[in-house]
Parts: sequence; structure tokens; C-alpha cells
Amino acid sequence: MPAADTIIELRDVARHYGAVRALDGVTFSIGTGECVGLVGHNGAGKSTLMHVLAGTGTPDRGSITVNGAQQGGYAVEVAHRLGVRCVFQELSLCPNLTVAENTRISHAALKGWGWNRRAASLIMGKLDEIFPGHGIAPGDVVGDLAIGKRQMVEVARAFTVTDEPLQLVILDEPTSSLDAHTAAQLLAYVRRSVAAGVSCILISHLLGEILDTSDRIVIMRDGKVVASDAATAFDRDRLVATMGAAAVHERAAAAAAEGPRSTAVMVSARPPGEDSAADLVAHEGEIIGLAGLAGHGQTRLLIDIFDAGAGRSGGLTVAAPVALVAGDRQTDGIFPLWSIAANIGIRSLNKLRRGLLLSRELETGMAEDWQQRISIRTPDLTNNILSLSGGNQQKALFARALGSDARIILMDDPMRGVDIGTKLEVYDLIREEARQGRTFLWYTTETEELSNCDRVYVFRDGRIVAALDRSELTEEKVIQSSFAEAAP
Amino acid sequence: MTPVSLSGTAAPARRPLHPLRLLRTLLPALSLILILAAIAYLNPRAISYFGFNLMLNLAIPIALATLAQMFVITINELDLSIGTFVGFVGCVTATWLHDQPLLGIAVLAGGVAVYAGLGVLIHLRNLPSIVVTLGMSFVWQGLAILLLPKPGGKAPDWLLGMMGLKPPFVPFPVVAAIVIAVVVHFGLMRSSYGAVLRGAGGNGQAIDRAGWSLLKTKMIMFGLAGVFGVFSGLALIGITTSADANIGNGYTLLSIAGVILGGGEFVGGRVSPIGAVIGALTLALAASPLLTFMHIPPDWQVGANGIILIVVLAARALLGRRGG
Repeated sequence: MPAADTIIELRDVARHYGAVRALDGVTFSIGTGECVGLVGHNGAGKSTLMHVLAGTGTPDRGSITVNGAQQGGYAVEVAHRLGVRCVFQELSLCPNLTVAENTRISHAALKGWGWNRRAASLIMGKLDEIFPGHGIAPGDVVGDLAIGKRQMVEVARAFTVTDEPLQLVILDEPTSSLDAHTAAQLLAYVRRSVAAGVSCILISHLLGEILDTSDRIVIMRDGKVVASDAATAFDRDRLVATMGAAAVHERAAAAAAEGPRSTAVMVSARPPGEDSAADLVAHEGEIIGLAGLAGHGQTRLLIDIFDAGAGRSGGLTVAAPVALVAGDRQTDGIFPLWSIAANIGIRSLNKLRRGLLLSRELETGMAEDWQQRISIRTPDLTNNILSLSGGNQQKALFARALGSDARIILMDDPMRGVDIGTKLEVYDLIREEARQGRTFLWYTTETEELSNCDRVYVFRDGRIVAALDRSELTEEKVIQSSFAEAAP
Repeated sequence: MTPVSLSGTAAPARRPLHPLRLLRTLLPALSLILILAAIAYLNPRAISYFGFNLMLNLAIPIALATLAQMFVITINELDLSIGTFVGFVGCVTATWLHDQPLLGIAVLAGGVAVYAGLGVLIHLRNLPSIVVTLGMSFVWQGLAILLLPKPGGKAPDWLLGMMGLKPPFVPFPVVAAIVIAVVVHFGLMRSSYGAVLRGAGGNGQAIDRAGWSLLKTKMIMFGLAGVFGVFSGLALIGITTSADANIGNGYTLLSIAGVILGGGEFVGGRVSPIGAVIGALTLALAASPLLTFMHIPPDWQVGANGIILIVVLAARALLGRRGG
């Protein structure tokens, strides 16, 4: 790397959380106008590295050099002044403020008369530039926006410029809540700004995104950088192999033969939108995919089915107990103050009772059982759930649903921000459970995941516009039905 | 063409929720109008210049205390000492501020400083504000009793003159309420730093990561609570002309109810200064005038007041669920 072009360089940076070595001597640099893809398992240290770069986490040792000058007390303010922005994996917008007010939060220069108008035009200009047709207004309160739109606002905000320069944007799973279309808009914009001289670090579990967008790819494992090379030197298999994931799992889905399809109907539902092309029907032991652009009624229908399962709404047929695996795990999934074991056990309290009281041993027993089955990485299940990395938190939510008495499992885009190793493990688990007669309804924004499904319903504007069996399922068809407004 | 269909798909439904959201925003004002209508129906003569002066007189100190509480609630804390603080300020006003103005001003400024210091303490030591302010409520009460063991004292003349203003056409309490609400609205809801202050309640971590000082926001918000507590105590003594150590005790819960009635929420930085002032006016009207006109005996008035509060809050929760 030519030194003149390097904007940030980390040398031998280490950071420990108790006994966990989140970063174990990382040396990393990024040049002007370069897009670096950063991949690795959950818990490989990517997020910690980003926090160090953004100034929100101080390393235990090592040095940080920006624009050739060694930084003594590197902190958030310094990073801001030097033009380093970060889009964190957990959304960092204030839900009670409007889109424009959230823009002001990250720009100290937006003050004085008319700041609100200036902030509004700043963020709207950037949203229009990155996501044409985004449908967001500057006066919208962020908490009212769907998670995908919140992510769009946050990404656009990172690219806005006032008086501080923009040198480096760190995007930590920026597409995790975006549908394929908006994700493509974003990645195209990343390429444009990199061409204009802005540097970018892209963290993603979607290897296709990384391969297509990055100039260089850095792979982390166990708190260390294990490989760094031009993106063209990698392909999917080499990435997976270097990350240390089990590549052999690939496409086991295709091998799973067509299972029993004349079993009992477990769910029969019609979305509230008029003139759907089909009713959603799920038989026992089937895995049903819900596809389409994000926010087109998939989650709504899952919640309706969930309510019907709890006897709270009519009009739907739900023949067995239901459990939901939430996708927006921070708001809908975890109990942030509880231990891992308590988070797993909450759906099965009746089973964990001894007399009138809950039994701590039964709860821990259940949690340990599931820790073994899906390898939740933690030294102690009584630790707080937030001590887990994102992917492992999601595993705990799976354990909560699968460990319960539910025969129908609803999944609301549960693989957001989950690394590929974990995903492959969970896919296997889902197929295994389906073989044993459980029914899965699986909303996903990742088209690849649909190949695990027996049948896929494509949603648009709250309606089902297509029902595709596994044999006729292709990515093109899904995308076509998601968009085709005037298709013949 | 694809671009056309794209913009069509990418502008989904949020706007249709607006009528309910609007209704929810207007609910504080609607409840105030409802109470006024009830009073007008029961006693048409109350709806007059002097009627409002009488009925809303005590609403000004309540509104100021409610705003003080609102600042604290904005940053997800709760102040259980505001009532006794107002009482303490009242005792200082009726004694030292009257006899030795400089000492009085210094003590009141000291009270504000203590409030700001509480914000620092709560933030740095990560203490629950309920516990800290509950403790402080006994401190203020004790100081007030030391200062004024028996009801008495005298309000400074300038204060009496100010609270006794009789502006043309519009009664003074109404003018004061509007001025207070508008000033705080612009300060907290429209100023650029106000967005940061509210953001600290919405997502403190995000504010921290954007390079703002959370300590400073807590200090400012608690400091403002102290300032408005002082204003509330001054206004109260300007009306009652003398003080009593227990004079403000009811304000703690009234102020919390006023904030919630006005559309605020306990957590998440969702507050509304205009709503809070309206909430305080509603509480003041629903407290004694309405119930007296309804010929409800004083023994039952407190309970009836509580029921009115529950009805309004229930309506708000109902609208909130559908609109949210």
C-alpha cells in the first residue's frame, strides 16, 4: 500500500473484553478512494474494529495513524473532525426525532436560523441521490418508519457533508434490512462515491455484495486479520473457506427430496389486500417462503397468523400453537436485561414450572440443551443476552421458538446480519425440524434463502402476486413478480 | 417504464395514519375544550375575564412546575422533589427575597445549581433519579420548615405587582400560559440544540456516538428543571402573597400528570411543551372549579379529579395504540 494514499492505518491494535480477545493484534489500513470489504464470522472482531476506527472504542494497545499523523487521544470527536463516519449495525438514530432532526444530530454545523430547513434539504438531497423514490419525508418521525427506511436514512446521513470533510464511511451490514432493490441502489452509490475519492469499508455477510462492490477484501477470524487481497483474487468458495465456515454444507437443500405434501393443513391465510392471486397454505412439515420487496405485507401477515394462533383474530385457519422468531431482534426479540437462559425459556414457561414457581434448573437445562444443539458461543448461559454477538443472540431466539411446544414457526427475516456459518447451521436445523413435522413460514429478504423452501409466495402491496413451487423457483421469477406492475 | 413503477412501489403507506396521529396530538387541547365546555354549560358566567382570572390563577405555577418536570422526563428521568422544591422556593421568596433580596437571589441560584449537580450525580454514578430526587424532596422540605416553621412571610411587592397584572381583553393567566408555552416550545422543539437534548432521551448512545456530551445534556435539563421550579415558586407566592413550607407538596404528582396528559411519555424523549402547559391548565380547571360547579362536595373532589385524569389518559392510550 503506498503510504501517501493511506488515510487510516491501525497497527497491532488489541482490545479485550474480560477474557474474550475481540481484537488480537490487528494491522489494517485503507487508502483514498478504496472500498475494502470486511468479512468474517460473528464474533471475529469486525464490529470491534469498526468501533476503534470510529473512535467509540479505545484499543488496549496499538497505534492509530490518520493522514500520516499518529493520533494520541483518538475519540469520536476527532474521528468526526477527520471525516470518519460509521453506520453501526444496531441503528443509531433517535426514534423520537424527525429525519431532519436526526441529521442535525450528526452535524454540529447545522444550527442557527433555518437549521431545520437546511438539515431537511441536506438529507433529502442525499436520499434522492442514493435511493431515488424512497418515499421518506424530512418531517417523518424516525420511530414511525419501517426498519428498512430507518436504515436508508442512517446510510444517507453518513454520506451527508457540511463543514467537516468526508473521508471514510464505514458501513456495518448496511443492507441487512434493505430489500434487493434498495440494496443494489446503495451499492451502486458506494461505487460512485469511491470513484469520487471517498473511502469505504463495507461489512456484510452477503458475500456476493462484498465480491461485487469491494476493491480489496480483508478477512478476519478470531480477532485477527487472516487474509487481505484484491477482490478479484477471491471467489465465494475461497472466501468461505478462509473464514473457516463449513463449505461442505452448500446446497444440501437441493438434495432434500420433495417431502410429504398431502399432510394436514396447518395454516391457511389470505392477506388483507384485495384480489390476491392465491391463499397462503402451509401443510404440516412444509417450509413456506414469503418473498418480495421489504415492507410489502409479509410481516403483517405473519403477525396476523400469530394473533390467530393466540386466538386473537378470526378469518385465518391456524391449527397448532405458533411461535415467532423476530427479525428486528433489538425491539421485538430479546429481553435486554435478562440472561441468555431466561431469554430462551420465556416461550416455554409452563414446561419449566415446578409447582407454582419457575425452576431455575429446568430453565438452565433447557438452555444448555439448546446451546449444545446450535452452539451458542458463551462461557455461561446466565450471562446477560447482550454479551452475545448479534448472530448468537439470533440463535438464542431460534432456540426460544424451536424449544417451545409450537408446531408452526413464523420467521420474520431472522437472518439479518447473521454470518454465513451460523446461517448454514440454522438452515440444517430448520430442515431437520421440518422433517419431524414442524411447519415453517419464512419471510426473507435474501433471495438465496428461498431455495430452502418448498413453496414461495411473492408479496406486493400487501397482496400475494405469485405462488412458486420449488421446481419453478428462480431468482428472476421472484424479482419479476415483485416488480412487474404492468407485466403481461 | 420501470422508474415510474419504482416510485410507485417505494412510497407505501404512512400518510393514511395521519388523521389518528393528528387526533392524538390534539387530544390535550380537546380535553381542555371539553372541560371548558362543561364549565360553560354548568355556569355560563364563569366564562368571562374575571372568571378565567379566578379559575386559572393557580394554573400558572402548576404549568411552570409541569414544564420543570417535563425537562427531566425528556431525558428519561423523573423528579419527585419538584413539589417540595417549589415549597422551598416559596419560603425563600416570602422571607429572604423580601427582606434581603441579594441573599434571596443567591439562595435561589444555589437551588438551581444543586439541581444541575443532581443531573451530574445521576449521570456519573448511574443512579436511579427516582431515588435521588425522593431523597432531595426531604431535604427541600426540611430546609423549608427550618426557614418558615409557621405559615407566614410576605411576597416582594414587585412579584405581587407582576402576578396581579390586568392586561386588556385577555386574562393574565392565559397570556402567561401562551408566552411560557411558546418560549419553551421554541427552545426545546425548534432550536437546533433542543433536538440534541430530546435525542438524548430517544437514544442516548446515538447522541454520544455523534460526539455530544450526555453529561452536559443531563446537567442542562436538570438545571432547567431547577430554573422552572424557581419560577413556579415565585409565581405561586406572587398569587398567595405568603408562604407555607407545605405549599407545593401536591405539585410533584400534578406535574407528572400534566406532562403525561399533555402527550408526553415517560421514556423515549417524546414530550410536548405546549401539550404540557395545556395539561396543566386542564388539571387546574378539572381540580376545583369544574367540580365545584358540579356541586360535588369537597370531600369527593380529589377522587373525581383522579377519575377525570384516568379517562383522559385512557383515551390517549387507545388512540396511541391505533395511531402508533
